[in-house]
Amino acid sequence: MATGTAVDVVMPQMGVSVSEGTITKWLKQVGEEIEADESLLEISTDKVDTEVPSPATGVVSEILVQEGETVEVGTLLARVGGEVGASAPAPDAASPPPEPATQAAADAANAAASEGVEVADATEQPLAAPTETTGDSGSAGNGKAFVSPVVARIASEHGIDPSQVEGTGRGGRVTKKDILAFVEGGGAAPEAPPARAPSGQAEAPTPAPPQAAPTPAPAPPKPAPQPVAAAGEPAPGETFEPVTAMRRGIAEHMRRSLDTSAHVTSAIEVDMSKVVAIRAKLKKEYEAAYGVNPTYLSFIARATVETLRDYPWVNGELRGDRIVTRNFVNLGFAVELADGKGLIVPVVRNAETLNLLGLAKSVADVARRARDKQLTPDDVSGGTFTITNPGGYGTFHGTPVISQPQAAILGTYAIVKRPWVITDENGVDAIAIRSIMNLTLTYDHRLIDGALAGRFLRDLRERLQSWGEKDY
Amino acid sequence: MAEKTYLQAISDGLRQEMRRDQRVFCLGEDVGVYGGAFKVTLGFQEEFGPWRVLDTPLSETAIVAGATGAAIMGMRPVAEMQFADFVSCAWDHLVTVAAKQRWRVGTPVPIVLRLPSGGGFSGGPFHSQNPESSFAHIPGLKCVCPATPEDAKGLLISAIEDPNPVLYFEHKHLYRRIKGEVPDERYTTPIGKARIHQEGEDVSVITWGAMVYTAAEAAKQLDDLSVEIVDLRSIMPWDKEAVLASARKTSKVLVLHEDTRSGGFGGEIAATIGEEAFEDLDAPVKRIAAPDTPVPFSPVLEKAFIPQVDDVVAGLRELAEY
Repeated sequence: MATGTAVDVVMPQMGVSVSEGTITKWLKQVGEEIEADESLLEISTDKVDTEVPSPATGVVSEILVQEGETVEVGTLLARVGGEVGASAPAPDAASPPPEPATQAAADAANAAASEGVEVADATEQPLAAPTETTGDSGSAGNGKAFVSPVVARIASEHGIDPSQVEGTGRGGRVTKKDILAFVEGGGAAPEAPPARAPSGQAEAPTPAPPQAAPTPAPAPPKPAPQPVAAAGEPAPGETFEPVTAMRRGIAEHMRRSLDTSAHVTSAIEVDMSKVVAIRAKLKKEYEAAYGVNPTYLSFIARATVETLRDYPWVNGELRGDRIVTRNFVNLGFAVELADGKGLIVPVVRNAETLNLLGLAKSVADVARRARDKQLTPDDVSGGTFTITNPGGYGTFHGTPVISQPQAAILGTYAIVKRPWVITDENGVDAIAIRSIMNLTLTYDHRLIDGALAGRFLRDLRERLQSWGEKDY
Repeated sequence: MAEKTYLQAISDGLRQEMRRDQRVFCLGEDVGVYGGAFKVTLGFQEEFGPWRVLDTPLSETAIVAGATGAAIMGMRPVAEMQFADFVSCAWDHLVTVAAKQRWRVGTPVPIVLRLPSGGGFSGGPFHSQNPESSFAHIPGLKCVCPATPEDAKGLLISAIEDPNPVLYFEHKHLYRRIKGEVPDERYTTPIGKARIHQEGEDVSVITWGAMVYTAAEAAKQLDDLSVEIVDLRSIMPWDKEAVLASARKTSKVLVLHEDTRSGGFGGEIAATIGEEAFEDLDAPVKRIAAPDTPVPFSPVLEKAFIPQVDDVVAGLRELAEY
């Protein structure tokens, strides 16, 4: 045992808007050895699914939160080192009766089971043992997070969150019978049985945990856990579907942002003809030599980073009674997930150190990892400015919502060929066909005045319109 | 209506058809003078004469090829393999000629192959197999596997009527062990229609042949569990609708067969349930089948090989508790 004293493992802060996470899988069990930085468990939050590394080398001495449970950021999840089972409750010899006679008995049984977690693992499900071939499906607790196809369908048809239903299947899994009984018994009644809530969830909101993240933003005041409004039964023609963790997170963040910042949007038209021509030239070269597509977004990002140097407040933050400015740009990009089921904002860190090629590569990389759910917590935290690009669908204007606690967000829109008045070298006006794009800057008027935003957009436009072949 | 053994039901059905239809005749090794290895055709030669109850040389190839030729010429041959295992000798005639003749030239090949199959009596590797899935895989062949005396007669008559080659798998372990009411008059049991052996709510067992009784005995031991048993009766074509209906009802399915596991027909059933009833499943579809080995001779090993009541009880429990 390498560590004499136990080291705590807590639910990490996975980005500013994230307040809780769900333990999806323990990769090590109590008594197993683990190296520092070796993955200890998998968690899922409304932003990312990721693995949490062990903070120390030693033996996993305690596991305090079961798979399937959702806990607040900062909640103690496990201890590494120290004495095995130091403060784990003694196993309750009579705890795992699989067939409770009544619902009350089921509640009690579940509560008991969730208290003796890691000890109960070994004793439950003796019947499954001989046929167990994969290590990840048998242990008690796993079942709670798994929703079978038929349960998912019934839950969706009735607008039920399956986690509200007491499970009597293997490892507490909600069976078809459980959810049908739940529906018959009045369905989505909001009163949550006290036994169900993992410790901490039903209590008064705790103070925000201290953040170790590089952007020491004061965590937003934790909203009280939203009372689950009873959706009742769908009216004729309506269909219910459950709200995903990501959607809940987006909803909360968007509402909070509008409640926090004084949103104002300014727009500007940019003649992208030069960028279009240069990109056409560079595209072949970049794709052949580096395997990366120099997208318009990477040109805009590059110009934005340069422009932000001159406008530190646009890259800044209003933090309490201080204005924060930085000598770096962590550039966020809004990425839509497949099927329009959500949005995630991965961050390219220190974008000021990247040239056009570096930005193009970084943007492609984070976008791909966002879609493949391979982002790490660091990838979605610490942004200082965000670019959102809804122009792919042809929209020419929008008013995006600021990603808190940033001060502004740049919107980029479709590049469209338009008749454009230009003045030739003789001072004669003419109408030419030019590739025009609208840019919007939505900014927090508490910090940024309209004139400042206007100058920022003017300079950004100038950079893009005068892009030269030698500019990187 | 009288109570008859499974074997008597087959025998009666065949005799009835031979009396009714001059085109129907039977052929095989020792089917005539000796009355068949299992005595299904006992007394047939006396009644129908040596030209309608043909003792053939010891050649399955000749039996199937001869039956195919006779069928093409308008006869309705019912050929017996002494053991289903031996039909592999006739693979080429069955699979290349009989199964494809109608597709190639439009000529129906109404042959019936009677295939005494299955184990449970230390027959060893050459006399115990259940090769139905091999033939179910061949387009152009039909495969039936009756479990009850009533279905044994009804499916044999359907097989004789059918214009296609039909492989009639008769389970040896049911021959004299299983008795049931069998109507005296002529009737048919439709090929491709399953039978609900017993209705239930909690778990479905999809099975056929002798395993129907293994499943029923297991269900009897599980008082607290309501088990639905679907007797497929035909493997090809098979009653997908009945299987899906049961899967949708109970949401937990055990597919049980005596044939070996890999490539066994249970895989086809499990895959179809996964494809078409995915959103109705509350547990993974489970298979219980023999392991992928030849059938052992030793009674102890054979018992370990063929799915037993205890195996099914454990499988049903596991599904129920999932």
